[in-house]
Amino acid sequence: MDYSRVINQRIANVPPSGIRKFFDIVRQMPEAISLGVGEPDFITPWQIRDAAIQSIEDGQTQYTSNWGLESLREKIAAYLRMRYRVSYSPKDEVLVTVGASEGIDISLRALIDPGDEVLIPEPSYVSYAPCVTFSGGVAVPVKTNAQEEFAITPEALRAAITDKTKALILPYPNNPTGGVMNKEQLREIADLLMDTDIVVISDEIYSELVYSGHEHTSFAALPGMRERTVTINGFSKAFAMTGWRVGYLCAPRELLAPMFKIHQYTMLCASIQGQIAADRALGRAFETGFEDVRMMVRSYDRRRRLMVEKLNAMGLTCFEPRGAFYVFPSIESTGLTSEEFCTRLLKEKQVACVPGTAFGESGEGHIRCSYATSLENLAEALKRIEEFVRSLNG
Amino acid sequence: MFSTLDMHILEILCEDARVSPREIAVMTGSDENQVNTALEGLRRAGVLVGYQALINWERTEKEFVQAVIEVNVQPQREKGFDAIAQRIMQHDEVKSLYLMSGAYDLMVLCEAATLKELASFVHSRLSVLEGVTGTSTHFMLKTYKYGGVLFESGHADRRQAVMP
Repeated sequence: MDYSRVINQRIANVPPSGIRKFFDIVRQMPEAISLGVGEPDFITPWQIRDAAIQSIEDGQTQYTSNWGLESLREKIAAYLRMRYRVSYSPKDEVLVTVGASEGIDISLRALIDPGDEVLIPEPSYVSYAPCVTFSGGVAVPVKTNAQEEFAITPEALRAAITDKTKALILPYPNNPTGGVMNKEQLREIADLLMDTDIVVISDEIYSELVYSGHEHTSFAALPGMRERTVTINGFSKAFAMTGWRVGYLCAPRELLAPMFKIHQYTMLCASIQGQIAADRALGRAFETGFEDVRMMVRSYDRRRRLMVEKLNAMGLTCFEPRGAFYVFPSIESTGLTSEEFCTRLLKEKQVACVPGTAFGESGEGHIRCSYATSLENLAEALKRIEEFVRSLNG
Repeated sequence: MFSTLDMHILEILCEDARVSPREIAVMTGSDENQVNTALEGLRRAGVLVGYQALINWERTEKEFVQAVIEVNVQPQREKGFDAIAQRIMQHDEVKSLYLMSGAYDLMVLCEAATLKELASFVHSRLSVLEGVTGTSTHFMLKTYKYGGVLFESGHADRRQAVMP
């Protein structure tokens, strides 16, 4: 059978994830220290795990409503109102999804007609552009850079908008750069979009992980923006719940309805155990004033400062990230490309980082290092990176 | 007063007591002098009382026995349990000592080179102390977790090297 004739050409033409290509090498090196992992190094707090165990023992093994458990949706709505001052009705404006990833997928599928353009800041998370392509749309990168704190500027955005622009993905706090956009910067974007029909898909999965006094602003909270915004978030990063696959999608009911339709026909619902655990996560956070989250944030923040200081000291100029758990230093001073740098660092010093180019062309000259790993690992990895950089100069 | 910096310092040292004041300064966005002053304050206040390594002795050649001893005592007027506790804690075999609520009064964590030595400590030195009305000794067989660290099978990073 000639598989190339049966497989959808649009899918076939999407290259495999740039991160993955590189990390197939890592798997064969047990001694390597990985700064490539994009998930918390904390385990889901026990009380949350226990709620799921209890639910299995109680025989809660059925489908939930397509929307998700009512008590969970109510908590999500309360959380967004309290934390970010955005108001959604838990009845039909909050949809529990299988991770934030499903939210990205179904919001794009519900919006895109063939040939529609979707603007994506670059560098950004590897999945946005492929998801746009899968939906028949055209991904249009909007380049950002360290000088402008990896924020999108109104000028760059204006230049990228055409009459085919359907949506803008707003992924802040940003993976891989750690860039955030403050309220003023977001307002400028809002002003520009005010008289258009462009929808904003605001992926706020790292919203809890912000540092240096930055306060996360939810795009839908800006005056006039709620009607055009799809807010995506989830439990993976804030509650160390990556493997549970629970996220949520919030939007005005008219905008959420077609997304719900896809979810209803394809996914039915997120796993009930994941939803029960998520419900406990938010319940516990309300009771304890988000103490677990704060503890994690303090810990990430300390490692972040350590990384930035040490990378700068060894000549890898480092933009100070103010969100997520990545640093995105420039490696231009070494004269190597991102891919050369990462390949040689891995082979010569057994430290794995992700080449900036995995996140789009404009990531060239950078590497992504995750600091979601133990202090001990970080110290050792930084020592080896320094030795490597010194060996290049010597 | 207990400051934010104090709290950061304690959290950092709980995770790894080898982190230097210079590194703590970087991690908390303060300067090294401030950190040293805070460390000194914590030591003086009796908050920071020592820096020990967590050792899984079961992986070494060292032979010794550990026991938890539940001790019932007759509290003394005015001094309560403190006087008897003071006397128990003097013994080298006693590694930790706690005043408990519940069925017994003091919990003594003991160590000795051999079973015989530990038994001798309980029979001839602990149980005969004035005020001790009864003991119950439980030998420890295996350490699964200590000081918040898993000793067995807890080291593997279960995360995928890369996603997606």
